[in-house]
Amino acid sequence: MDTITYFKDRFEKLQEQQLDSRLKSLRDGAFSAFEQTGIPTVKHEEWKYTRISDFFSKDYHFTTDLQEQQFRATELQPFLLPGHENANIIVFVNGHYHAEHSVLRSEELEIISLEAAAHNQYAGIVETHLGHSADYHKDGINALNTAFIQEGVFIHIQKGKTVNHPVYIYNVTDARSGNIFAQPRALVHVGENAQVEILETFATIGADESFTNQVFEIAVEENAVLSLYKIQNDAANSTIVSTTHVHQVGKSVANVVTISLSGGLVRNNLNMVMSAPYCEANLSGLYLQSGHTHVDNHTVVDNRQPNCLSNELYKGIMNGHATGVFNGKIFVRQIAQKTNAYQTNKNILLSGNATVNTKPQLEIFADDVKCSHGCTVGRLDEEALFYLKARGISEATARSLLLHGFALDVLEKIGSEDVRQYVNKLVTASLNLG
Amino acid sequence: MNMETDQLVHNNTAAESDVIENHVNSEYKYGFVTDIEMESAPKGLDENTIRFISAKKNEPEWMLEWRLKAFAQWQKMKPPHWANLTYPDIDFQDIIYYAAPKQKIKPNSLDEVDPELIKTFEKLGISLDEQKRLTGVAVDAVIDSVSIGTSFKEQLAELGIIFCSISEAIQEHPELVRQYLASVVPVTDNFYAALNSAVFSDGSFCYIPKGVRCPMELSTYFRINAENTGQFERTLIVAEEGSYVSYLEGCTAPMRDENQLHAAIVEIVAMDHAEVKYSTVQNWYPGDKEGKGGIYNFVTKRGICKGVHSKISWTQVETGSSITWKYPSVILQGDHSTGEFYSVAVTNNFQQADTGTKMLHIGKNTKSRIVSKGISAGQSQNSYRGLVRVGKNAANARNFSQCDSLLLGDKCGAHTFPYIEVKNNTGVVEHEATTSKIGEDQIFYCNQRGIDTEKAVALIINGFAKEVMNQLPMEFAVEAQKLLAISLEGSVG
Repeated sequence: MDTITYFKDRFEKLQEQQLDSRLKSLRDGAFSAFEQTGIPTVKHEEWKYTRISDFFSKDYHFTTDLQEQQFRATELQPFLLPGHENANIIVFVNGHYHAEHSVLRSEELEIISLEAAAHNQYAGIVETHLGHSADYHKDGINALNTAFIQEGVFIHIQKGKTVNHPVYIYNVTDARSGNIFAQPRALVHVGENAQVEILETFATIGADESFTNQVFEIAVEENAVLSLYKIQNDAANSTIVSTTHVHQVGKSVANVVTISLSGGLVRNNLNMVMSAPYCEANLSGLYLQSGHTHVDNHTVVDNRQPNCLSNELYKGIMNGHATGVFNGKIFVRQIAQKTNAYQTNKNILLSGNATVNTKPQLEIFADDVKCSHGCTVGRLDEEALFYLKARGISEATARSLLLHGFALDVLEKIGSEDVRQYVNKLVTASLNLG
Repeated sequence: MNMETDQLVHNNTAAESDVIENHVNSEYKYGFVTDIEMESAPKGLDENTIRFISAKKNEPEWMLEWRLKAFAQWQKMKPPHWANLTYPDIDFQDIIYYAAPKQKIKPNSLDEVDPELIKTFEKLGISLDEQKRLTGVAVDAVIDSVSIGTSFKEQLAELGIIFCSISEAIQEHPELVRQYLASVVPVTDNFYAALNSAVFSDGSFCYIPKGVRCPMELSTYFRINAENTGQFERTLIVAEEGSYVSYLEGCTAPMRDENQLHAAIVEIVAMDHAEVKYSTVQNWYPGDKEGKGGIYNFVTKRGICKGVHSKISWTQVETGSSITWKYPSVILQGDHSTGEFYSVAVTNNFQQADTGTKMLHIGKNTKSRIVSKGISAGQSQNSYRGLVRVGKNAANARNFSQCDSLLLGDKCGAHTFPYIEVKNNTGVVEHEATTSKIGEDQIFYCNQRGIDTEKAVALIINGFAKEVMNQLPMEFAVEAQKLLAISLEGSVG
């Protein structure tokens, strides 16, 4: 059975099992969208530089109960992030939320399944925000996730509360017995005047292939502050398509930092939708790749209301046979006057076999705006290298110093001290600093 | 005090929008029709149309074969839809593919050309009359499907320069045409390139022999006159080793309610140490204020820097056409070759432009520079779309791109789609873009120095486009500046 037929078969079974589900019609719509558009190929403008269609000729499966039982809490140990003793922990295994491995430390926080949320007092929020990202992704891969929403989570942050313990989300794929196709799904609702810090990471166990197709939707209400740090340091047998959709419903601040250090193929879709005046969004990213990895960062900043501000900074260092892709879109709608939107993308190529494809894109329909983008692709500054070497610093150290300095701009955007130091260590290690 | 300042500020803003309003309301002045007896092919396109065109031009058998092959290819292709443009599908059977002013005999010199035609070009400010040799520009004038005359031919021939219409070149220099035609833009390149290859009727051919520096600007002037026709011209420029030529192109069309199609191809070949400078002022009829009528301009322009240290430079001022789809490109094959692209694209009312360039770095130590300035007014949409590709072996490639957009009014759009693909780690590629409107502080600064708002806006627009205007040859720069004024500035001088 090929993968697409397999999806179809599983979808029909799922819909039969859950006849009274509130999410049934959403799934139905998504699956027909998936059937219509299919898996995006390189002919799809948004997937021009990233080929995922080949993966679907492989034999992937959704998880079986057997594989889930195999997973023990101790196996999470190597992937634990600093400060986990003090954090709220949410664990997804093969795309399913695992309550027994998760820890809830803050009472301002509520974590329930999406299905449950669709039936209780949060039904309105779920209805408004679940699947909102579909408007921005006219491709089958996003729809595929929605078609199989069942054990996703709904995370609610009470209004007026600051969550003192950060939220750590582990997306674990257990590929010890067979190729796994995992589809984690979460909807986060940050209430009025609330504040939360979320840290997310991906981990693959086992040597078989893992494909993670994640959709993470976040609604941010009036005066709320969201900080989201994504750390991608997965194994070479992993493929990640991670869609993060931040919908700023009220005047709010959202900071998102994406750090991609390794993995087989990584594709990040990050959307910032500013639906209220005076929103602020800060997007930053660092992709530091070697070997044969492929990393693709697609960002969208959609200015739908006036007086919003966005800052975007993405930096890439490509070594070995790695390929880096950046596509940053800024939309300014006609009513979104007085928008300030800035975007920068800088890349360094370290090897003759590495590739960078970048496409910073502005689509502007309002006149009273300040929008700019800049992007560069180049090598290390020879004069800076000479300067350091002239002062007795070896070439290798000088290079890693300069590269580290290049990456620092992005690292500094990480608000949490613990996380920043942790990421800094990872970056230092991959730059071979002494 | 506050009241007064507020009032003043208010007045100023009002004055500013009035000025911009005036800019937006100017008229197209080349919209007349020349009443002249025409000879044309029946509407529609099939093999017979191509045979008809080929027979009219008295073409050799190989040319007809070549056209028919292109036609077969075209039938297999679909029109591209990836550009940021919206327009109804074009009915390719509803177009006249060949129209020519009726002339009893082939003119041997300009004296024998129908005076009505000469008058048409004079009305457009184009002199075919050799009395005006002081201007020092050799002109090839193309009306609808045929070239009606080329000036300064003898003087150029003395230097070995061939400058004639492409149909003449097919007759007289078949070996050159066969060698270079479609060598830069292959027939299969895109839908409109295939269409043009099948039905092109005229255009200019220019050959600069080794070591010759062309002493004057060469110029082609295109004019669509007949109704329901499409114009499909083809230009081929070959610059041999160490030669130099500066080439100008201008275009206009009458005002009509229906849309007319223009699908041209320009090919440039530059050998070792050769330099070609190609400048365009495109002023096809842009349609009226409601967006009715206007020219659909689908053009493929590409040059190849074949030899070492060669240089191709494209400069364009795009003010006309209701739809512009145009990406003058340079293939930088020779080591140390240079490609340049300077563009001012102005859109007004309901015009849509999707224009930009491609710089393909293949050779070593190649350089390219892109400067694109977009000005949008009314309800128009103006897009820059560009590609900079540094191949795996293109060591030490260097590119700098800058695209700035100026928005006049809150109903227009400015878009940027730059593609940058780098596969070599010794290359340096930079791109920057900005979008903004004319700042209130800029206007205020001028007002403060006694420059009224009207003049200030004109000043700022001219300053915005200056970097590109400076690249135009002098004769053209004046015309282009005027054109910019007409397209946008209305009463503003």
